[in-house]
Amino acid sequence: MAAAQSSFSKTKRQNAVLPYLYLLPAFLIMGVITFYPLIYQVIISFTNFETQHLLLGMRSPDLRFIGIKNYIDIFTAALPVENFNFFRVLEFNFWWALSNVILHVPAGVMIATLLNTDGLWLKRIYRAAYVLPVVVPPLVVATVWTNIFDERYGAMNQLLTTLSGTFLGNFDPIYIRWFEDVKPPIPGFLPGAPLTLAYYAMMIANFWLGWPFMSVVATGALQSIPKDLYEAASIDGATGGQQFWNITVPLLRPAMIPAAVYGFTLSFNLFNFVFFMTGGGPARSTELLVTFAYNLVRNLRWYGVAAAFAVIIFAVALVVFLITNRITRATQNYMEA
Amino acid sequence: MTTSSDTKNPIIRFMNMNTSGQTGGRSLPLWRQLLLQLTALAILASVMFPIMYIVTLSFSSKTTRPSQLELIPKEISFVAYGQVLDRPTGNPVTFAELLRNSFVLSLGVGLAALGVAVTAAYAFSRFKFKMREVLMILVFIPLLMPAVGLSTPLYLLLNQVQVKQCAEGTIAVQPITTCADGKGRLQFNLRDSLFGVGIAMTASALPFAVWNLKGYLDTIPRELEEAAAIDGADANQTFWRIVIPLAMPQLAVTFFLGFIGHWQEFVLTWLFLSQPKDYTLAMTLYNMTGQYANSVPWNRFAAMAVIVALPVAVVYIALQKQIVGGLTTGSVKG
Repeated sequence: MAAAQSSFSKTKRQNAVLPYLYLLPAFLIMGVITFYPLIYQVIISFTNFETQHLLLGMRSPDLRFIGIKNYIDIFTAALPVENFNFFRVLEFNFWWALSNVILHVPAGVMIATLLNTDGLWLKRIYRAAYVLPVVVPPLVVATVWTNIFDERYGAMNQLLTTLSGTFLGNFDPIYIRWFEDVKPPIPGFLPGAPLTLAYYAMMIANFWLGWPFMSVVATGALQSIPKDLYEAASIDGATGGQQFWNITVPLLRPAMIPAAVYGFTLSFNLFNFVFFMTGGGPARSTELLVTFAYNLVRNLRWYGVAAAFAVIIFAVALVVFLITNRITRATQNYMEA
Repeated sequence: MTTSSDTKNPIIRFMNMNTSGQTGGRSLPLWRQLLLQLTALAILASVMFPIMYIVTLSFSSKTTRPSQLELIPKEISFVAYGQVLDRPTGNPVTFAELLRNSFVLSLGVGLAALGVAVTAAYAFSRFKFKMREVLMILVFIPLLMPAVGLSTPLYLLLNQVQVKQCAEGTIAVQPITTCADGKGRLQFNLRDSLFGVGIAMTASALPFAVWNLKGYLDTIPRELEEAAAIDGADANQTFWRIVIPLAMPQLAVTFFLGFIGHWQEFVLTWLFLSQPKDYTLAMTLYNMTGQYANSVPWNRFAAMAVIVALPVAVVYIALQKQIVGGLTTGSVKG
């Protein structure tokens, strides 16, 4: 009896320790390569850390604590950088992520619905082809579209030339300066953060990249909607449009909202794509928070300012995360209801 | 098209996925069919436009820039591919080295993150313990920090590990030992090596791997584990014999997502690596476009783009179902 009890308490003790053992490797590694750097980053964000301090780090004799000067400099645009305004970049960053999702999700749903039509010919071919943008690495997509938008030799201007020749009879070559033109084509579209042509070029390229993923998610959700719902609706005399709004859309919501949130966070920090296409230009009009952070580290080499900027990005991302988390939770409840 | 035996015919399945109903293709009036076909074809054209453009360009032997739009290859020339494989950049690095670097880096980071993440994901999914919520937030919080945000401290950290050849002929491994005179000839710098960059990249790969695996483990029913426990298996045996085999598909997907994520990693490699022999395909592609690309013929760039994209695309298409399923379970379960 006593022996049984002791072995019982032994397993109990083991079970209490076991989860921590399973977590140990992850936390050991993250301690060194994640948490330590995070704390270090917060500390040097209050210093004048620059290139000459790279050798000795925190032990540098002339490294000074300068309080929250780096943060103030960022917020008041006091950095000696041309065309930098934190709040404009922040606004553009939010608008960039939002405008992408607003276009990608409905397009993805509509195209998935189109391909889900009973009796449509060549469905499999379309499905196979439409997924291609998802499978090409975004890095390659960005470099290819950079070439497509080249002013003199790019495919986009050549396509526009061909179209204008075919339909308007005007064969003059079109040279749109996609990445250089600083004048916003639609003035006042986004107050406070003018959208240059480069933004529209990136929107076109990212639309090509973004909707197929939404379409894949929507297809999966569409196929789980029971067909009898539609049959019952059409017996009751519902039109195709009514069926779409009253059956398809509400039943797609639980799948599409997490996908939209995923798309939003992905676009929000889409470093490779933006950096490879415009590098944040022209005149920093397409700069995201991450691309500017990269510029601070790589080109300007103000590590203290960059650290402060990283802390700010972290805070912004935290707010975004809390909001999106609330949205997805809301969907979970919806699904359970 | 209407009988059920036809659905086994792969050609019919290929032509039209839904052959289950009695309606077949007849429920759709011809005018609607044509309208929808027109829309579908227009979308197809927009999807294929950049792909055909870059493929056509890569098969061209012309080194001059294209003066007009060509979307269908007029010639199939492998000159550009040959040149890229022979001498990818102006730097003294061969294509084989670039490929090896990209491959080793992505493979290493993918596997390292997976191996460490799986036990953590299991702990979060199956155990109730003190501080569970806090620890989980600690693991997921780095997801909010882009890789560039941690680059400076990681640079400094990895830069401390150096192997030096001292004047008196001994080898010093910093930070454990240093040369007597404090100097020495640099033999190896962890920061300036693929291994070091791999360590830094694991930092960003790990939280995602934990998140993705935990979402999947949550969906595995516990009955099997309970049955194993009744049969006398302890927690470790259950983990290795029951959970790991069941989670295999998701392990593969998580590994692959880590692999492609780092196949195109650019930030940390570009910041940390200085020697051409360590360069990766993604870095080379960047060198061939934009401001650095003035001297690079476009057909070579196109060939390089196809080469970088192809392996990822092939594996992605093969694993497509699992990847989409995995991503959505992960995101719904949070």
